[in-house]
Amino acid sequence: MSTIFGIPAPALYGQILIGLINGSFYAMLSLGLAVIFGLLRVINFAHGAQYMLGAFAAYLLLNWLGIGYWPALILAPLIVGAVAVVIEKTMLSRLYGVDPLYGLLLTFGLALILEGAFRYWFGAAGQPYAPPQQLTGALNLGFMFLPIYRGWVVIASLVVCLGTWLLIEKTRLGAYLRAATENATLVQAFGVNVPLLLTLTYGLGAALAALAGVLAAPIYQVSPLMGSNLIIIVFAVVVVGGMGSILGAIVTGYVLGVLEGLTKVFYPEASSIVIFVIMAIVLLVRPAGLFGREE
Amino acid sequence: MAVGTQYLTEQPRLRTSSMVLGAIAVAALVAAPFFFYPVMLMSVLCFALFACAFNLLIGYVGLLSFGHAAFFGGAAYVTAHAAKVWGLEPLAAILLGVAGAAVMGAVIGFVAIRRQGIYFSMITLALSQMFAFICLQVPFTHGEDGIQGVPRGHLLGVVDLNQPLAMYYVTLAIFLFGFFAIWRIVNSPFGNILKAIRENERRAVSLGYRVDRYKLGAFVMSAALAGLAGGTKAIVFQFATLTDVQWQMSGEVILMTLLGGIGTLIGPIVGAGLVIALQNYLAASDFPVTVLIGIIFVICVLLFRRGIVGEVLELMRRRSKGAS
Amino acid sequence: MSSAPLLEVRGLNAWYGESHVLHGVDLDIREGETVTLLGRNGAGKTTTLRAIMGILRRREGVIRLRGKDLLGLPLHKVAQTGLGYVPEERGIFASLNVSENLMLPPTVAEGGMSVEEIYSLFPNLHERRSSQGTKLSGGEQQMLAIARVLRTGARIILLDEPTEGLAPVIVQRIGDVLVALKKRGMTILLVEQNFRFAKKVADRFYLMEDGRMVNSFPGHELDARMDELHEVLGV
Repeated sequence: MSTIFGIPAPALYGQILIGLINGSFYAMLSLGLAVIFGLLRVINFAHGAQYMLGAFAAYLLLNWLGIGYWPALILAPLIVGAVAVVIEKTMLSRLYGVDPLYGLLLTFGLALILEGAFRYWFGAAGQPYAPPQQLTGALNLGFMFLPIYRGWVVIASLVVCLGTWLLIEKTRLGAYLRAATENATLVQAFGVNVPLLLTLTYGLGAALAALAGVLAAPIYQVSPLMGSNLIIIVFAVVVVGGMGSILGAIVTGYVLGVLEGLTKVFYPEASSIVIFVIMAIVLLVRPAGLFGREE
Repeated sequence: MAVGTQYLTEQPRLRTSSMVLGAIAVAALVAAPFFFYPVMLMSVLCFALFACAFNLLIGYVGLLSFGHAAFFGGAAYVTAHAAKVWGLEPLAAILLGVAGAAVMGAVIGFVAIRRQGIYFSMITLALSQMFAFICLQVPFTHGEDGIQGVPRGHLLGVVDLNQPLAMYYVTLAIFLFGFFAIWRIVNSPFGNILKAIRENERRAVSLGYRVDRYKLGAFVMSAALAGLAGGTKAIVFQFATLTDVQWQMSGEVILMTLLGGIGTLIGPIVGAGLVIALQNYLAASDFPVTVLIGIIFVICVLLFRRGIVGEVLELMRRRSKGAS
Repeated sequence: MSSAPLLEVRGLNAWYGESHVLHGVDLDIREGETVTLLGRNGAGKTTTLRAIMGILRRREGVIRLRGKDLLGLPLHKVAQTGLGYVPEERGIFASLNVSENLMLPPTVAEGGMSVEEIYSLFPNLHERRSSQGTKLSGGEQQMLAIARVLRTGARIILLDEPTEGLAPVIVQRIGDVLVALKKRGMTILLVEQNFRFAKKVADRFYLMEDGRMVNSFPGHELDARMDELHEVLGV
């Protein structure tokens, strides 16, 4: 059997794939966080809970209504996005203009409510969610076996990230968003309905998290706490990447995921903390983050 | 409105009356174990001290640490280990916990103060999560089990802390010491510079203050005092577990301070008392505590950001303004 | 001459936080007129524009456009009544390229300039249409800031110190643009420190001091009032 640095090659490839998959979720989640923060100046602590909600929405659609994976991929983000729109309209919008820390505390409270409620109803254990028929099985790539669903997640997340990037960089709506991130008042003075834009942006960010949640459901199972530890890692990813750049958030997400996977191969004990260690090093060397601008 | 309000120093006019109130409060605390369960009172005292230590940072420097559980729980581990495995005298074990928390505060603070505002919160959260993962893995914390059966021992080799009342008065003394220390820090020249940094960091820089050093100093003090609370708690409850180092604990101390009143001297104590009482009350019922904590967070942020004590003070201020 | 003013400001008071900055400002602009606000720095000229646009929210008094009240409108509805705003700091967005900056403000009425017309009026902008907005020179940024509101169909343009810090040849160019806009029947409210520039375009002047309107006079009286102005403006 071939080895690389004394590690069996299939084990190495396997961990890189796992890293890539984790990275896919880091990328999608940090992307949403960055978009929301850019415009609303709110760190959305509920992002992990919204990811969890997405997974639960898919699970409940299947178990209560018999609606399968593919429709859930559309419906779950819509449902969670709608919930987020209500949250923004009724609560977050009252906090614009006060210290951004209150936005963090509010969304932290919301995350506790959501996670606590789902834990109360469904227990802490994970519920299995089967991948769709079309994506079961594995491909023999010659050097390793690739479970098809995992390959799909990596591709889907790339498409989602690319699509979001195009939306922000190449469309009129995206131009409003970028401009309002710089100077919301002026954009509104030009006649753009900025309050609506804020609402939509929060809804979009939450929908992205929910979409990630649906993609994650067949891999990690559906559990009330699936988002709470993840969100802290995503915070670290965002600090490493710096929030100034959408592309930065995406790239950092994948790279850190793969680095974490590699750590699992070479020094497993450190794999759960490697991202935090990288964050600390980046902060010491380049406090604004790899792609960030000093504010 | 910035986080951290301006009720930092009592107005001179209020000083006499607040000293009288303080004396009454201390008397009440001394008498309290004859009316309430000492265990619950000690729990309130430990968390009140923890919240006061946290408030030193948010209320007086404007830094929201989302990772204070690391210092509280870290000290609890050190104290528990020192008392149980090394057989240290309880006070020495607690002091060792404080030292541990201070060292951690220096390390985490050194990294975290490189960013401000919301980033600072995210960084402290991430670093404390890292610490929680480490605690899960290293052998001396005993993983999921935690360190159980920590002996309370004899204070200075003399006073048997297995006596509930003795333990209570030691806890009270530690709490009062910590509270007094915070009061001294806040009203010292050092504290005034911290407030200047909170009001306008750039100005403080331009006045020649090495702002980062002051922030780090405040961070270490806050961490050490949180460690004092955590170490004491380990002796009182005779265990140290992962619960104490996890982010939920950091969230709880934020809630206590927010509910009582960020930047007020006694707000964190009020908040800690309320949250502990509520948790005890709910423990008997079926209602999930996390949900309630979340709801209180939302209500506080939306409806009374000054917290209970802060709102009362504001009301008094408006009244006296209206009267004059 | 139509009697009712197009834009009517009566007894306008405004506050920045706690500080009271406008004290009962009155101002009329008729259709097709160019009116210039003069005054020292801090007299309240920019504040007046910001209060009319609704960027400054804490206001009392009356602001009417074609008889319609603007005071109660949310900020984004004000532009939709046909006001175009060119802020003092120009407000070019760094994360948008020139063409995106140009296309940013939504159309508020029929009859705005087409993109082709704008590019023929400002050929430099066409050349640099894919550059980052803030990479333009100061003069080009000012042109872009003006061009941006011409596209929207706004009939009243609020221009805040368009010549500030620009070279004489650019000032000349901007003057030509304003004259061209006047010919198209645009109504312009201009804040300007540069008399000579303002004289070329203004039909009427208002003089502000300490957040109040202290005088107003027709454009041709400018020369005759120079001494008075020098005293008030301290030039």
